[in-house]
Amino acid sequence: MNTLTIARKELNSYFRSPIAYGVMAFFALIAGYFFYVAVVFFVRRGMESAMMGQQMPMDMGEMIIRPLFSNISVIGLFLIPMITMRLFAEEKRTGTIELLLTSPIKDLEIILGKWLGAMVLYTAMLALSALSLVVLFAYGQPDWHPIAVGYLGLLLQGGCLLAIGTFISNCTKNQIVAGVAGFAICLLLWVLDWASSFGTSVTDRVVSYLSVLQHFDSFSRGVLDTKDIVYYLSVIFVGLFLTSRSMESLRWRS
Amino acid sequence: MIKVEGLTKRYARKIAVDNISFEVEKGQIVGFLGPNGAGKTTTMRVLTCFLPPTSGKVSVAGFDVLEQPMEVKRRIGYLPETPPVYPEMEVHEYLEFVGRIKGVPSADLTRRVLEVSEKCAVFDVRKTLIGKLSKGYKQRVGLAQAIIHNPDVLILDEPTAGLDPHQIIETRDLIKGLAARGEHTIILSTHILPEVEQTCERVIIIAKGKLVATDTVANLTSRLRGAETVAVEVMAGDGVPAAGIVQRKLEQVAGVSRVLPKEQRDGRFHFTVESLEGRQIRPGLARAVVEAGWSLNELHAVGLSLEEIFLQLTASPEDARQTEAIEAMAEPAGETK
Repeated sequence: MNTLTIARKELNSYFRSPIAYGVMAFFALIAGYFFYVAVVFFVRRGMESAMMGQQMPMDMGEMIIRPLFSNISVIGLFLIPMITMRLFAEEKRTGTIELLLTSPIKDLEIILGKWLGAMVLYTAMLALSALSLVVLFAYGQPDWHPIAVGYLGLLLQGGCLLAIGTFISNCTKNQIVAGVAGFAICLLLWVLDWASSFGTSVTDRVVSYLSVLQHFDSFSRGVLDTKDIVYYLSVIFVGLFLTSRSMESLRWRS
Repeated sequence: MIKVEGLTKRYARKIAVDNISFEVEKGQIVGFLGPNGAGKTTTMRVLTCFLPPTSGKVSVAGFDVLEQPMEVKRRIGYLPETPPVYPEMEVHEYLEFVGRIKGVPSADLTRRVLEVSEKCAVFDVRKTLIGKLSKGYKQRVGLAQAIIHNPDVLILDEPTAGLDPHQIIETRDLIKGLAARGEHTIILSTHILPEVEQTCERVIIIAKGKLVATDTVANLTSRLRGAETVAVEVMAGDGVPAAGIVQRKLEQVAGVSRVLPKEQRDGRFHFTVESLEGRQIRPGLARAVVEAGWSLNELHAVGLSLEEIFLQLTASPEDARQTEAIEAMAEPAGETK
């Protein structure tokens, strides 16, 4: 109950400030552009294959939906720090954190509420990209299963980046620091497997297992893999757990 | 209602609060007095469960702040130094939000919001964004927030800091109004001394993290009445001696402990002279001035105000700098009397 109260308050302040609109507009623009590029490519391939008189495989899922989802997951890396940076930093700067911490609610309820609020904004943002997919359904018959799995993957990946961002926001009272640090860590988690993806040693395998985007691959192909779901859920848990530890230390240190 | 025993709060490098003990009875209104950095806010934060004590036992309404923080929090209304408001919320939304997280049942919420906004005179701005309100209004919203769940204990950290004189009077009246009903036990911290004289029954004075005195306002005044403070205005004739010469002359009078030069204008010198305990110094002063050939324009005893008590209690000779700070801070207080 308290969690929902906090979540509602967070959502409220997102939509009372330019953040929500800025992030959503930027996302709609970029996601729309990626969709447009994918469709143009798809259409050109179709025309070429018709002109050359030979049948090339035309797979909407493989050529439009999959690249679209992996692109969206990368955009998420850039936008999520902007969503999370104010969560705690702002409260610490203005002193409203004192109100929350002296109210009869548990730390966990505050953290979950804030994460949930950010999650709802992120979901609303993702929903904008569904508008493009409506076009696909209007002119073709794409399979909806991989689309649903892709969105589930985006939600899980977003959830774990939001949890990390929440933790970082709790570590500072400066929003800009929280934003930049969040972005740096998201970026790091993205490129982590570049060096190790071809290696076969145990270290390489561990490092590439840690990479966030690595786990999104199966979702974008429309495959539900327990390993990846477990990864995302455990990162969400670790992120929120670290946040609660950091709240605790705030009490003992300050 | 509130029981503090041997409270110590240590930060990484310094001790903010050093072994403080006091008790506050139910329904009392207590002034927490001390210069900036004395440890007032830290003590309040421990009482509100925002910070854990390093050592010592602190309990509110019989609940220990470390063992049953939720019970304590439910019974405390807290207004930090800067009102904890969200600028992007409207006043009534904010009060509803606070009511919810403070555990006001949903059925009572609308009624409570209405009640406190009337009590704190923010009803007419209930549809305004808090960010657009003046500081005085924000403070009142902060106060409304603190009483929304009808807490037994109300803790107000410098409730009048940064307000203009008009707003200060309003806020004080509001606090007095809350106290008059006897529903709340109130602790308010301040460094403005007349505020305590006007609103509080008891004073707890701390300086540099240590408890200096705790007593009723009346008792504190009488306790220090042994010494006499006299205001003297001397007009020098054509001789026009320097203030230092006059001061030295006054210091030589038997029974004088201290001479503080106040101001000098048009050849008139004002001093505040303090006697040693139980000594009459006025005749001696008059004689000394006349004998020196100066004219004595004014000579009267000054009642010992809380301000002077405070200075006497908190200042020690080696702390000249702190004394200055206290005197500087006592200045604006004079204006608001």
